Amino acid sequence: MSSSWPLWEVFVRGKRGLNHVHVGSLHAPDAEMALRNARDVYTRRNEGVSIWVVKADDITASSPDEKDPFFAPSGDKVYRHPTFYAIPEDVPHL
Amino acid sequence: MADELDLAFERTVRSEARIEPRDWMPDGYRNTLIRQIAQHAHSEIIGMQPEGNWISRAPSLRRKAILLAKVQDEAGHGLYLYSATETLGADRTDLTVKLIEGRQKYSSIFNYPTLTFADMGVIGWLVDGAAICNQVPLCRTSYGPYARAMIRICKEESFHQRQGYELLMTMMSGTQAQRDMVQDAVNRWWWPSLMMFGPPDAESSNTEQSMAWRIKRNTNDELRQKFVDMSVPQAAHLGVTFPDPELRWNEERGHHDFGQPDWDEFWQVVKGNGVCNAQRIAHRRKAHEDGAWVREAAEAHAARQVSKEAKMIGQSA
Repeated sequence: MSSSWPLWEVFVRGKRGLNHVHVGSLHAPDAEMALRNARDVYTRRNEGVSIWVVKADDITASSPDEKDPFFAPSGDKVYRHPTFYAIPEDVPHL
Repeated sequence: MADELDLAFERTVRSEARIEPRDWMPDGYRNTLIRQIAQHAHSEIIGMQPEGNWISRAPSLRRKAILLAKVQDEAGHGLYLYSATETLGADRTDLTVKLIEGRQKYSSIFNYPTLTFADMGVIGWLVDGAAICNQVPLCRTSYGPYARAMIRICKEESFHQRQGYELLMTMMSGTQAQRDMVQDAVNRWWWPSLMMFGPPDAESSNTEQSMAWRIKRNTNDELRQKFVDMSVPQAAHLGVTFPDPELRWNEERGHHDFGQPDWDEFWQVVKGNGVCNAQRIAHRRKAHEDGAWVREAAEAHAARQVSKEAKMIGQSA
């Protein structure tokens, strides 16, 4: 049995104006085959207008174990939200 | 520490949030999922064979195109599911080897032969119908990648069931011989379809834990009842009957009463003694081994492209 092909993560843009969204993964020997396989596996019913494939090994991800400390810096900055500011109701367009 | 992780996991599951690939999870949860999703993936892949049997003999170009698209979807469904198992640390090649060595199972329904073209219709209507009953609740299963794969699959299964029912309606408006062919196919597939929900709840060893982990959302008997209630009016509209003398509406329960499938037969097929078990596995093994040179050639091509690019970079420097 040959060694297994690398794993690729697949991202599809559903239509113009939308971001590419992760849809799943597949194995392929190279990027071009990964693209072709992604078309056949993930867009059989016009689900996309553009596909990205990325080698799974090349993705760096935050760790779920440090989820709380990692995202903590944004937790206590309520002043970043518009609702933090009290404005009289009779001031228009604000 | 382990207790804390366990509590966090339980809390996530209880709150109907999803467990995602890199979250901590109990080993039992991970292993149950790998077993269940792999079995489901294998079923999709083996499930290509009973229908593949009729592609070259479809009665019209329209039916052939439909059947091809359906079998291609099944390959796709198998791949979505293998992809989900890999997020749990399983290896796809390893799962294929386990399948062809008989160490992992697939749905026993695919070990029955497809004798006539009416079987193509009945598989779509009843077999895919039963699969949809099983799969719709799995769109809310607690493991994120599995739930997302199920959402894609359910969307596509709807075409599978409708094309089957439409095929049968066409045959039922044909000759008496064609109508008899449909009834015969229904007679052969009804009981195996009921078996697709698994053994009765009292004998289902995995159900309780799987429900607690919210991997499974309904019991086998609940889903079987739902399927029977859905199928009865569809059969009436089609003009066929189910081969069950005990099948009747129970006003008090608000459900149909029905007989039990032959569970001894079910266990025999699960153990490998069905009509087609050996043939299905032999075919899958042959496809895998015959494809080895393609996999190796693609790898060699990829390696050569890389070394060519390296040389060109060397020259331009």
